[in-house]
Formats: sequence, C-alpha cells, structure tokens
Amino acid sequence: MPSTTINPTRMELTRLKGRLKTAQRGHKLLKDKRDELMKQFMDVVRENRALRRRVEEGLMKAHGSFTVAAALMSPEMLQQSLLYPKQSVELEMSFQNMMSVDVPRYQFRTTSQDPGEIYPYGFAQTSGELDDAVDAMAKVFQDMLKLAEIEKTSQLLAEEIEKTRRRVNALEYVKIPEMQENIKYITMKLDENERANTIRLMKVKDMLRKEAIQERREEDARVMEAWSESAQAPGTV
Amino acid sequence: MYRIGVIGDPDSVLGFKALGLDVCPVEEVEQARQAIHRMAKENYAILYLTEQLAAQLSAEIARYKDALTPAIILIPGKEGSLGIGMANVKSAVERAVGADIL
Repeated sequence: MPSTTINPTRMELTRLKGRLKTAQRGHKLLKDKRDELMKQFMDVVRENRALRRRVEEGLMKAHGSFTVAAALMSPEMLQQSLLYPKQSVELEMSFQNMMSVDVPRYQFRTTSQDPGEIYPYGFAQTSGELDDAVDAMAKVFQDMLKLAEIEKTSQLLAEEIEKTRRRVNALEYVKIPEMQENIKYITMKLDENERANTIRLMKVKDMLRKEAIQERREEDARVMEAWSESAQAPGTV
Repeated sequence: MYRIGVIGDPDSVLGFKALGLDVCPVEEVEQARQAIHRMAKENYAILYLTEQLAAQLSAEIARYKDALTPAIILIPGKEGSLGIGMANVKSAVERAVGADIL
C-alpha cells in the first residue's frame, strides 16, 4: 500500500521517477563496493588469523623463557635489569585508503639499529635465559606490529562492510520497492483521472445532443402544428 | 610521532620493557581501565592488552574498536591464551558477513 502522503500529480511522478533512478544507480554502486570490500576483507582476515596464531605462539614461548629467567634470578634483579631500556621504539603512522576506508600503516624505527643492542643490561649478573627471553620478545615484536596493523584494518573494514551492507539492503528491500509502489499508485491514479475525464466529456456531449434532439423535435412539432392550422384554414374559409 | 603502550599484569608485560615500549603494569581491572582511557587520549597508536584483563574490559575495547587510534590488540598473558583474540577475529567476520564463514 503506498503511503498516504503522496500527491498523485504529474510533478510528483517525475520527481519519484528521478529518485528511483538515482536509488537504483546508488544501489548498484553500493553493491559493487560491498563485494569488493568483502573480497579484501576476506584476505585481511585470513592473514589476521595466521598472524595472530603466530604471535600467540611466539609470545607464549617468550613468556616461557621469562618464567625460566625469573626462576633463576631474583625478582629484584630481574626488575632492575629491565628497568631502563636501551632502545626505544618510534612509531610512524600513515594512512592508506582502502575502498574509502582509512586504514593505518605503521612504520617503526628503533633508536639503535644493532640487533645486539636490545639487551638493556650487563651480562655479568643476569642469566642466559633472560637473553633468550628478550631475544624471543624482539623476534615476535615485528609480527606484533604487523598484527596490530592487520587487526585494526580488519576491524575498520568490518565496520564499513556492515554499514554498506545495511545501506544496500535498505535500498534493495525498502526504498526501491516503496518508490516503485508509489510510482505505480500515481500512474494508476492519473490514468483513472484521465478515464473519468473522458467519460465526463462523453456524458456532457450526450446531454448536449439529447437537448439538441429535444429542441429539434419541439420545433418540428411547432412547425407541424402551424402547418396543420394553415392547412385547415383554407378549408374553413 | 606515536607511541606504543602495553597494559597487563607486571609479570606478563615486563619483557616488553626491554624492547622500549611504554609499559603500564597494572594489578587490577580498574587500573587497566584508567590506563586505557589515559593512553587513548595521549598519542598512543597501538595498545597491547593482555587477554586476562580484556575479558573484563569488553566495553572499553568495543569503544575504541571503530576509532582509528588506538588499535587495541589483545595478546596472551603469562597464563596463556584465552582465545579471546581469536574470537574477536571471528566476531569481526560475523559482523561483516552476517555469519561465520571461516
């Protein structure tokens, strides 16, 4: 049932037809966007899962090494050796536009390039297990950064896909059918008016013709009367 | 210049200190909540959060999920992985596709 507020006028019809055209084009474009987003999202998610598994494994290994190191060293000693990091990480963030979604790209730089520089302590008073632990941590860190990038990307893409999907569905199942219904309603109404008008004209014409016939008959009757009067008159004279 | 933060129980996050990350050791969930909010306001681009804490901070994580920064990334704590990180990947798929297709 069309909504009650539309005016069945030609102007409204033209306007609605224009809107329907726009909506259909928008729907097609959004659908394409959704499909492409979905394609990229699937790639990202697959990578995300693999990376996460790798990071979790790597971190568990590092944690394990740390536990061993903590068992071999006194907690104070451990704290002290890690308290002042030798290197610091500088993170640069840029954005990449992925199907109109801004996703972050991280570039990180450590203050020292030497991989041997990651140990912030002297080797004399610490156990070798701590070296392993820090080493494992440093190794997994690359993956952790990549994971951050990929995971954020997948979250942002998921949000965008959800939004796009809703729009596509709203257009496809609500907006476009509604407009088509309204257009149909207006066309029918206009046709109906047209027919009503034709009938009215026919009726009027009919009435006029009837009147004309009536007049003609009356005149004929008058003429006949006049004639018969005039025909009788000579007889009487 | 952005920074990277790590939030978790002291034992789990100690190692990250050696890498030069900003480590924020917390004992309680409430402290972690405050740390997340504080770090989100400062220019932290990535926050690593242990799953043990994340289990009780889902509202905070959801809040920053759609924001560009910070990216809150769950990592397993000392006690091992709780599978929340993986579940989040799954929920992202569900959110996008409407069903878990992986």
